[in-house]
Amino acid sequence: MSYRIRLFAIRHARFFEGLYNAVNPAIVGTLKGVNKVFGRKLDRPITAMERGLKGVLFDCQMCGNCALSKTGMSCPMNCPKTIRNGPCGGVRADGTCEVKPEMKCVWVQAWDGASRMKGGDAIQDIEFAVDHRDQGKSTWLRIARGEIAEKVSDRI
Amino acid sequence: MIESELSHNPKRDGTNPGDPLPRLDGHVSHGRFEQVLRAGHFAVTTEIAPPDSADPTEVLRRASLFDGYVDAINATDGSGAHCHMSSLAVCAILTRAGYSPILQISCRDRNRISIQGDTLGAAALGVCNVLCLSGDDVSAGDHPEAKPVFDLDSISLAKTIRTMRDDSQFLSGRKLDLAPRLFIGSSINPFVPPIKNRADQLAKKIESGAEYIQSQYCFDMPVLKDFMAKARDLGLTEKAYIIIGVGVLPSAKTARWMRENVPGVHIPDEIIRRQEQADKPKLEGRKICAEIMQQVKEIDGVAGVHIMAYRQEKWVGDVVKRSGVLAGRKPWAPEKSFADIQAIS
Repeated sequence: MSYRIRLFAIRHARFFEGLYNAVNPAIVGTLKGVNKVFGRKLDRPITAMERGLKGVLFDCQMCGNCALSKTGMSCPMNCPKTIRNGPCGGVRADGTCEVKPEMKCVWVQAWDGASRMKGGDAIQDIEFAVDHRDQGKSTWLRIARGEIAEKVSDRI
Repeated sequence: MIESELSHNPKRDGTNPGDPLPRLDGHVSHGRFEQVLRAGHFAVTTEIAPPDSADPTEVLRRASLFDGYVDAINATDGSGAHCHMSSLAVCAILTRAGYSPILQISCRDRNRISIQGDTLGAAALGVCNVLCLSGDDVSAGDHPEAKPVFDLDSISLAKTIRTMRDDSQFLSGRKLDLAPRLFIGSSINPFVPPIKNRADQLAKKIESGAEYIQSQYCFDMPVLKDFMAKARDLGLTEKAYIIIGVGVLPSAKTARWMRENVPGVHIPDEIIRRQEQADKPKLEGRKICAEIMQQVKEIDGVAGVHIMAYRQEKWVGDVVKRSGVLAGRKPWAPEKSFADIQAIS
């Protein structure tokens, strides 16, 4: 089920991009306030919320280095090789994954999703390998605390 | 030649075939492979299958099959996720005999700490070329229970080596005393989805640091021509040397098997049919390869061919001769033949 929602999100990448761009500042703004009042006390429920919401929509793996807006709304951490600049050369002729034939290649999906997005060109930028220390952390909270830039393209 | 840098190297008298060559102006490495490409020659590379053995002479024996026909030899890194002698060790054995090996680095088995260490080690052992790969998944090999690492991907890997070479530092920022002078390569597969985006991906690979590209098997000229046209439009053929992969198929049966079982291999039906209907299928496989090499050479922006002839290595010389792509040029070969080397050791 969740896989089908993921495909739906990519097919409607443009809508989700708009939604993301509209909602993200609101979430981050709210969290900035929450952070001021509660400090780190609410980190666990907030992280769980992010995990739940992005999990349902994008099969988010909580890498803590969210790059969805530049990968066509297709989470690269679902690639069995966790490639951040894909796809690899093993994609099957029908566009499915070499490792999991039952799944569409997340990077075929990513380029497709990016082509539907206004800011889809961001997929052309190199995304360096993830910082594994951030696994399981909330990207929203990290942005709210100024640990990483809000725009993926502004991150180094 | 850049004196200050060579002075870091131990004094060599030039009698050892493995001695580093002087680095020419505008070159990033000391290697012969880069020199061939920058001189504008049509390069020929091939692949050595690292042995399932601790015997160094077996590496030299396998390399000797290519003597005089190729400019560089790729040493695969656990190809197909199967265990073999390491790419680094194969390269070290080859550099001592004077060959120009290409160190393939796959991201499957090692993290960034290990890879950076091996990169320095390889350069210290005389390796001048690397090929950055993501690598086949462990599930494809003989140890499917192994832990897949994939700490980096091929693009992050190229960027890492570029950082080490050009900024003379590790990813952490810690400085190197002597940077590894490596000619950096990456791979591309223009023949599988997303076909329309493969040239864009090539652009990313070049931006990450790739100076040459070796492609997956080409058996489909129309697809390659489209891909190269896009690459030219994006100006990519000016920025990197594009080397196209070609294959020597022993039989139609093997071709079918590869198409079904080896990830990323695309072989059109007509190629398989042609080999199936030939009187001498083995010979036909070599003719097909030589013809593709000739056609590839005609495409604007192609800098060479990479011959992958797994278990057909003895035919590499034959397809090179048949194709005529070297146009009379004879790539470097050891002065002493493999038989002499064996007699010494």
